[in-house]
Amino acid sequence: MTTRRTFLHLAGASAALGLAGFPSIARAAGPRVVIVGGGPAGATAARYLKRYAPDAEVTLVEANPTYTTCFMSNEVLAGDRSFDTLQVGYDAMRAEGITVVHDRVTGVDATARTVTTQGGDTLSFDRCMVAPGIDFKYDAIEGYSAEVADSTMLHAWKAGPQTQALRQQLESMEDGGTFVLVSPPNPFRCPPGPYERVSLVASYFKRHKPRSKIILLDAKDKFSKQGLFTEAWEKLYGFGTDDSMIEWISGSNGGGVTKVDPSTMTVSSAGAGDFKGDVVNIIPPQKAGRLAFDAGLADGDWVTVNKGTFECLDVPGIHVLGDASAAAAMPKSASSANSQAKAAVAGVLALARDQEPPSPKLANACYSIAGPEFGFSVAAVYQFDDFENHLKPIEGAGGVSPANADPSIRAREEVYAHSWFENIKTDVWGV
Amino acid sequence: MHISKRGQRRLGLATLTVGLAAAAAPALGDEPAVDHALEIMAGSCTFCHGPNGVGVGPAVPTISGLHAEQFAYMMRTYQDDTNPSTVMGRIARGFSEDEIEQLAVYFEGLPFERPAQPAIDMAMAAEGKELAAEYCESCHENEGRDGEGVGILAGQKLVYMRYAVEDFLEGHRDMERRQARKFRELMDAHGMEGFEKTLHYYASVK
Ligand SMILES: Cc1cc2nc3c(=O)[nH]c(=O)nc-3n(C[C@H](O)[C@H](O)[C@H](O)COP(=O)(O)OP(=O)(O)OC[C@H]3O[C@@H](n4cnc5c(N)ncnc54)[C@H](O)[C@@H]3O)c2cc1C
Ligand code: HEC
Ligand code: HEC
Repeated sequence: MTTRRTFLHLAGASAALGLAGFPSIARAAGPRVVIVGGGPAGATAARYLKRYAPDAEVTLVEANPTYTTCFMSNEVLAGDRSFDTLQVGYDAMRAEGITVVHDRVTGVDATARTVTTQGGDTLSFDRCMVAPGIDFKYDAIEGYSAEVADSTMLHAWKAGPQTQALRQQLESMEDGGTFVLVSPPNPFRCPPGPYERVSLVASYFKRHKPRSKIILLDAKDKFSKQGLFTEAWEKLYGFGTDDSMIEWISGSNGGGVTKVDPSTMTVSSAGAGDFKGDVVNIIPPQKAGRLAFDAGLADGDWVTVNKGTFECLDVPGIHVLGDASAAAAMPKSASSANSQAKAAVAGVLALARDQEPPSPKLANACYSIAGPEFGFSVAAVYQFDDFENHLKPIEGAGGVSPANADPSIRAREEVYAHSWFENIKTDVWGV
Repeated sequence: MHISKRGQRRLGLATLTVGLAAAAAPALGDEPAVDHALEIMAGSCTFCHGPNGVGVGPAVPTISGLHAEQFAYMMRTYQDDTNPSTVMGRIARGFSEDEIEQLAVYFEGLPFERPAQPAIDMAMAAEGKELAAEYCESCHENEGRDGEGVGILAGQKLVYMRYAVEDFLEGHRDMERRQARKFRELMDAHGMEGFEKTLHYYASVK
């Protein structure tokens, strides 16, 4: 008992000393790690790598000089938040000794241990971490394409100019118009996200365009936090009555979308007919970010990894984390990506030093906001099971916010959601 | 309330081990003593609580620098819902007694930092200072900085403390008898506004 506690004190104390910036003792150079992608997964990895191994040479390659968070972007669509609060830069990370390069990575060579970029650079590494996020399967829907997604029927599922453009479309829509949202099949980034979006657009309509309607076409029969969203829609938007602002058409009712026609703004469903929208938001089926395919890391739509170290099972030496990896039972979320990145960093350091990687315990929590003072969450804690290569939810823990909670609890969760947003930005980017 | 003998011993231990760690670091070779399994576990808290347990957001409480006993007590009472929570019950139930103790000692070893809280009204804080001295300081000593058995109020998030007070007043969170009496006295003399001023004051303490 005493020994363990003393040891823990030791560990805690030395971590604190590291933070206080004690003069570092001269050491042999640490591992060279190149990280591709500066989203929640890659940026967390870069910062925590530097924290635990100050002697590591950490290079982050990110295509864009500014990152725009998807999380809280639904509030921007509703006019409840300014776009610039979604944006973060990389200067704080540079100040921590991380080399940040803005370029697009075109190849990762695991044998030569190099990363090549569009700008013509070749970067050498001992280990590489790849966190490119997601890409869309445009061709899963007839008539849809990257061009259509960029001009008329937006996705806004990677935040940035698309977020601003969709906000514009919603603002220009006349009262009495129809907003059609197409929700994708599993698995996809942020399982509660489409339903939060529908809720917040409804909240905007209720205040500014109360005669408008929302059609939610779904490939699925159930969705994340369904009970809580349904409760919110009933309480706030008349769901279940003749006068409901929101109509949800499930997969078994034919809600899956097969075809679109941008010239008439029409969406064709598998079994529920055609729908014309004044604003149409297609969230397409998803797969790992393009680099996962170009670099030969993907296995099907996603990258299969050791879920303890996030090392790619097919390509040793390359760790793939965040949305691009298949990390069930964890959902694809910023919180998951942040938690996983810390395990991946420990894995990278252990493997670079020929040590046994730790068996990580991770967590996810996703807040959703369904209207004014109406927040709720889903949370889970996971233990890595190396025999099954599974992230196993701890029984008895986790779950969603209680049904029919007191309004003051829903209000608190909205406030905590905003607080989470500020805190995770700081944990990920140091801003 | 004074720092107990036990508290003093703990402090002594902490100082001693800091010395040891500094001395031991070079002997451990080319890497500092990092317990990665524990770091990852603590990392599953910081996307909500902020890096090192210190948040910049307005509400999620800071959890570093808390006395390990108080920290573990909060986690255990979240687990069985004797302490009300929006989300912590669901999180805390994912950790064993032993893991809670490790986390408690880990976060105790990190400093409770006090980033600026823009929502604080300095005029209210000024009035709250006297109220705090009269109604709270007997337990929340050293301007709320000493957290043993009571939690740290100095520089804690204003919104979190407001929720805690609501929970105490509505009977969702247990109060000891003397605490309940002080709450009643403050309420009788100054109403909710008295609490609000007191909390603005505690949140403003650097
Ligand atoms: C509307 C919406 C709401 C959401 N809300 C929440 C929420 O409330 N909570 C939550 O936890 N999660 C939420 N999410 C999910 C969250 O945004 C994602 O899970 C998270 O962004 C995944 O992080 P990532 O680092 O894996 O990928 P990304 O965030 O996509 O980051 C990938 C980065 O890699 C860069 N990149 C890609 N390819 C290359 C290349 N070849 N070279 C260089 N750079 C490259 C990209 O520019 C990008 O910056 C939401 C998502 C959406 C769409
Ligand atoms: C989803 C966000 C979230 C995560 C993840 C989270 N917390 Fe919390 N924590 C909160 C909130 C919110 C509160 C306030 C109580 C409530 O409403 O749940 C809190 C309160 C606490 C408190 C009480 C603080 C005080 O001053 O008394 C402790 C201790 C704590 N958390 C520890 C942890 C630990 C340890 C972890 C990781 C294992 C963790 N938390 C993960 C959101 C979170
Ligand atoms: C008689 C002692 C006593 C007095 C007086 C007292 N408190 Fe406390 N306070 C406590 C104890 C004990 C706790 C911890 C309760 C628990 O563990 O659940 C506490 C906890 C709190 C918390 C929650 C801290 C956290 O981290 O969760 C707040 C906020 C608080 N008190 C505010 C006040 C205010 C404001 C006053 C003055 C009006 C006051 N207290 C007076 C004993 C007292």
